[in-house]
Amino acid sequence: MFNISVLQEPESVEAALGLLAENARLRVIAGGTDVLIRLQHGADGWEELLSLRKIKEMEEIGEREDGTVHIGAAAPFTRIFQNPVIRARVPILAEAAVSMGGPQIRNVATIGGNICNGAVSGDSASSLFALDALLRLESLAGTRILPIHEFYAGPGKVNLRPGELLTQVLVPRDSYLDTGGHYIKFAMRKAMDIATLGVAAVCRARDGRFQDLRIGLGVAAPVPIRCAEAEAYAKGRTTDPETIREIGRLAVKPSRARTSWRASKDYREHLIEVLTERAVTEAVNRAGGRRADH
Amino acid sequence: MLIISDVATKLLSITVNGRPYRLQVDIRETLLDLLRNHLQLTGVKQGCAVGECGACTVLVDGTPVNSCIYLAAWADGKSVLTIEGVEKDGELSDVQKAFVEEGAIQCGFCTPGLVLSTTALRDSGKTFTEDEIRRELSGHLCRCTGYQKIFDAAEKVLKH
Repeated sequence: MFNISVLQEPESVEAALGLLAENARLRVIAGGTDVLIRLQHGADGWEELLSLRKIKEMEEIGEREDGTVHIGAAAPFTRIFQNPVIRARVPILAEAAVSMGGPQIRNVATIGGNICNGAVSGDSASSLFALDALLRLESLAGTRILPIHEFYAGPGKVNLRPGELLTQVLVPRDSYLDTGGHYIKFAMRKAMDIATLGVAAVCRARDGRFQDLRIGLGVAAPVPIRCAEAEAYAKGRTTDPETIREIGRLAVKPSRARTSWRASKDYREHLIEVLTERAVTEAVNRAGGRRADH
Repeated sequence: MLIISDVATKLLSITVNGRPYRLQVDIRETLLDLLRNHLQLTGVKQGCAVGECGACTVLVDGTPVNSCIYLAAWADGKSVLTIEGVEKDGELSDVQKAFVEEGAIQCGFCTPGLVLSTTALRDSGKTFTEDEIRRELSGHLCRCTGYQKIFDAAEKVLKH
């Protein structure tokens, strides 16, 4: 039995924002696959919960007229993996969604929870970084749209203001159009494991040259990161194996990998280099940018 | 059910194994607590209690969930299937028969969960590749069998 004294179950975002504004002690619970485990382990500060499970509008996934893909923050990973808009527009996110946890976890765990936990190992983070995703944050005071890389403040810390709720994840058309992407999760087990490293690569390539490249890394630093130098290096260069090897080497530069019981710093840096190379190679293939002579 | 004042409760309508109930539940309880302790459905097993092992898997509106990390209150308006509801009129389901025929059981602790996950896959009406079957059963830990016979049983049902 959990140490819970209040369980609010609003049925609309509006009602949820009202409750959050009224009671600063309320903490948000969505799928519960992290919060209930904290409670199971006796964590303090989670006695008063606001559950999002009855807010159906927060589970919607779709595409706006301007091509923006929107994903409700309470959409569970299984739904994201199976959704036809996600598969057609941002398949890398489907790839990331199905790598998370195991089936029963994916059936309830939500993308918004994965982001708001601020875990550097969150499987959605690296792909959303590489996709330049935006977050819609709502409170009674108003709505703000924040690029995802500005949301992560530190290990387990995010820039969520009091009374604020993450309601939607947005991927604008310009971020995904004509791109190829690939996410690689490196873990000891193929299921029910936390990433030792996560690499997401999204690129546009034409006539055997990179038009642009975006690389998102998870567990390479205290927060998910992008690889600015490697990305700048790629621009305009040919998509040959030597260039991609150099991209892998440059991807290590912004990392601040640490030694943990999962892996040493040296091993993580090796993974960043090798897995970036593999992820970029596959992203190029999927973008249709492979040169005819390769 | 004993109700102690001061304890927050919720009234919920829930269908379990086809039978409707209206229950006053303690908000601190999990669906696992509700099924085992109040409805005496002890086929739902508690293993790890943190969503890692899958022993407590039940189907909520046909979807496998770990009932140890699912609040009882969340089951309001839902239909829950436990292993007790899988056989019909004393006859084992095709999934149960396949587990028996393939010898996919040793100690039996993981079996209710695995039978329910396999049942959900069968009920989806989809076809699954070998890799997909492995992936969809990957949220269950079995410490006896090495999984091959479990996989064989699932494949037998999902290929027909």
